[in-house]
This record gives sequence, C-alpha cells and structure tokens, in this order.
Amino acid sequence: MVDVLKKSIWVFHLNSGSCNGCDIEVLDVFTPRPDFERFGVKLVPSPRHADAIALTGPITRAMVPKVVEAIKALPEPKIVLAIGACACGGGIWHDTYVVVGGIDEFYKILKEEYGMDPPTTIYIPGCPAKPEALIYAAGILADIIKQKQRRREDVIREEDEEKRKIETIIREEIGSRHFLPKIIVKRGPREGSV
Amino acid sequence: MTLATIFYAIGFPLLGIILGLLYKGIDRKISARMTSRIGPPIRQPFWDVGKLLIKETVVPENAVAWIFNVMPIVALASSMTLLLYIPFGIIKAPLEGYGDLVVILYLLTLQALAMAIGGFSAGSPFASVGAQREMILMMSYEMPLAIVITGFALIYKSFSLSTIALTPVWTLVGPVGWIGLLLLLAALLIVTPAELAKLPFDIAEAETEIAEGLLSEYSGRNLALFYLSDAVRSFAMVALEVALFFPFTFSQGFGLQFSEPVSYIIEGLWFLAKVLILYILAVTLVRTSFARFRIEQASRLFWTYVNIMALLGLILVALEVM
Repeated sequence: MVDVLKKSIWVFHLNSGSCNGCDIEVLDVFTPRPDFERFGVKLVPSPRHADAIALTGPITRAMVPKVVEAIKALPEPKIVLAIGACACGGGIWHDTYVVVGGIDEFYKILKEEYGMDPPTTIYIPGCPAKPEALIYAAGILADIIKQKQRRREDVIREEDEEKRKIETIIREEIGSRHFLPKIIVKRGPREGSV
Repeated sequence: MTLATIFYAIGFPLLGIILGLLYKGIDRKISARMTSRIGPPIRQPFWDVGKLLIKETVVPENAVAWIFNVMPIVALASSMTLLLYIPFGIIKAPLEGYGDLVVILYLLTLQALAMAIGGFSAGSPFASVGAQREMILMMSYEMPLAIVITGFALIYKSFSLSTIALTPVWTLVGPVGWIGLLLLLAALLIVTPAELAKLPFDIAEAETEIAEGLLSEYSGRNLALFYLSDAVRSFAMVALEVALFFPFTFSQGFGLQFSEPVSYIIEGLWFLAKVLILYILAVTLVRTSFARFRIEQASRLFWTYVNIMALLGLILVALEVM
C-alpha cells in the first residue's frame, strides 16, 4: 500500500451501474455509528481531490468510457475500491450482456483498449457491502490489517474436499439401514396417449 | 537584517501554519462531537496537507496554466501577510507601522479574489460557476465589513491596529456606544463564515451542487496551498476579531502580575484561548448547525439585514463619539 495514503484517504464515489444498495451503504458509513471520518476518510465531490475511487456496480458497457475518464482524472498515486459483489466480480449480473462484469473484466478492457495499468485495488464484497466491511477496507488502507485473499487453486481444492465430504456422507447414509428406501412412483399411461 | 526580522520572516509563517491547522483539527473534532461522532484525530489536517503535497499536481488542458499555478501562492502569501499585521497578545505585530486596518481589508479581499481568478482560469464549468458565486458573495459581505472598520476609525480617530489593541474599545464609549458596538460585533460575526467560506455561506464551494466549485480542478500541491491559506486565514480572521473587540489581557482581567518572560508566555496562551473560543463560537457552531444558503438568499441577508444592523451600530457609535 502507498505510504502517503495511510492516514488520509479522500474518496470519490462513482456509481458504475449499481442498484443504489451499495451507494446508500457508502453514504451511511459517514453517519454517527460507523463514523468513517475517524480514519481520515472523506468523501470529495471532485475526482481531482481524490486518492481513491469507490466503484459500486458491475460497470455497464455504457459506463466504461466514463469510468476510464474518472480513473484518469485522479492524480497519482490512486486506489480503486470495488464495493459490493457486483463490482468485485459481476455479482448476479456476471453473465449479462449489458455489463462488463466486475472490476477484473474491466481491467482487461483497460489494459487492451486504453493501454493503462490497473491501479491498486481493494475488494469489498457483500450485497450490499456492510458498513463493517467498509470499515475493514479502511483498516486495510491504513495498513492495520492485511486483506484476506485466497488463491484460486486453494479455493478449487477446498471446494473439491467439500464435495468429497458430502459424497461420503450420502454414501454412508445409503449404506445404513435407517436410510429410507427409494420410493418409486408408478404411473399409468397418460390419457389420450397411444 | 536583524535576528528578529529573520524570526518574523520564517518563524511567523510556520507558527501561522501550525496554529491554523491545529485550529482546523479542533474545529473538525468539535463538529464531529456535536453530531455525536468520534471524529478524526486533531492532527488529521497535518496528514491531509502532507498527503496533498506529495500527490501529483494536475493542470487541466483548458486551463491558463500560469495563472492557475500562481493563484494558490498568491492566496497563501496574502493570508500569511494578514497574519503579520495582527498583534499576538502583548507581542506587537511584526509589520506594525507599515499598514493599518485598510490594508487588512484589502488582504482579506485578496485571498478570495485569488481563489476566484484561479477558478476562472481553470477552464471548467464548475469552477466558473463557483468563481462567479464567490464574486457575488464578496460584493455582498464587503460592505458590512467596511462599516465595522469605519466604526472603529470613528472611535479611535485612527486606522492603526496597534492603537486599537492598546486600549479596549469598550472603555472608550458610553452605554449608547455599547449597543452600537454590540451591533457591529454581531455584524462582524455574521460576516466571518462568509469571509472564510464556511458552511452557511460556502456557496462558492458547494460540494453537492457544483463539485467544490472553484477548487474543483485543483489537485496536489496547488490544493494543499489553498488548504493552508484557508487554515491560516481562518485563524487570522478570528485573531483580528479578538484584537478588535476583546483585547483584554490576562493580567488586566485577573489582576495578576508576572515577571517579563513568564508574562509573554501567559499572555500568548491567553490570546490563543480567546481565539479558540471565538473560533468555536463563530465558525464551528455555526458551521455544524446551519444548512447552506442559496446565493440570492445570502446576498439579500448581507445587503439588507446585516447592512442595516451594521449601519445602525455605526450611527449609535457616531452619536456617542461626536
């Protein structure tokens, strides 16, 4: 993480096709109970003042040039906060034709079409992202905690293990005598069919 | 080139920056506590400025680059010069004898003017709208401010701030003059947030409508200079009010006498405490309690109500003095 930005992070909030759920969460972390300002975080209305750009939403295709412009307008060093499930990986829109589908897909476009390197990114999942998750992100920014990210291989291995466990349980259940026998429903031929 | 000159040239601006940022931090903390938040630490403005100084400075394509880059320096320089005219407790003002209240009036205008010119030169519609609003607001609040200063000139028969700081103004007038002075003080307190572009009158920098207005294109070092000039000017403006209306020293007020070096320290701290109290009353409480005026509401407020109030105060003071 860039040292300069640890204590004072000014955030420019950009809705890149969100359903407004995450936008409301971004606004309500500045209310008395979560109080984001105590970490030195401030919402600024102009991208020129900002250190971080908060993207909410799966980035619709129409929004791509605007998001690129906004990221360009930020002075270096800059950070991207991907807020919510949609911004992190497309969420429920991951295979919809109107959206790019998450920040990683967007970075591919950024690299191929605009020739820009992706900035440092912090992923804040949740649908919508909880205020606690956003505070956690502030902790990551301030270098108080490390971001918990797992490698893809680890995730696949864990999923396989989980699957195997479930399969063994089912097999054992089938082998045990308490397991109910399969009920076979017999139906007569449908009326009218030959 | 004596040692004192060097101290005033280097030490005073540094002291001004540190005090300005410290007061800004206290202001943010108290504002947060008023809305039952914890708030950022008091040293937060220092980190903000440090970060802005290290960040990249962007000059937009449509901007007139040299005006755009020079105006933050002009703004900071005018704020610093303003600070040099204000007597610091019983320590005399470094530039005493080289200017008077009229110069202070000009210096107060210069910073706002520098911001407006910077906004016009940025070549952004938001900045242009902000700069126009700043000009309109300036035309509105300068009149009551000038009336207040005229009132002081009537009482002391002089524009010099050192003469004014020597004897408290309240001891020079009778009961009618007291009412007049109270009206002038009220007018000056209403002008303060407008002069410092703080909340009920931060129309030129409206965050939600015009994206920080005239600052919207500034970034990095330039923004840091504006931030510093704002901090220093807030301190200087309130210090000026303290010097005008509350020049009571600690030893006068409590009837205590101290030896030479101790008295300087105590009077300095006493002055800082007075400035802090007035800062909280005139800036922080107002800033946290009120919503933003529209530009024509602010204009009407200053041109009618505040102007009438200040003129009435001036007439009462004049009746007393003449």
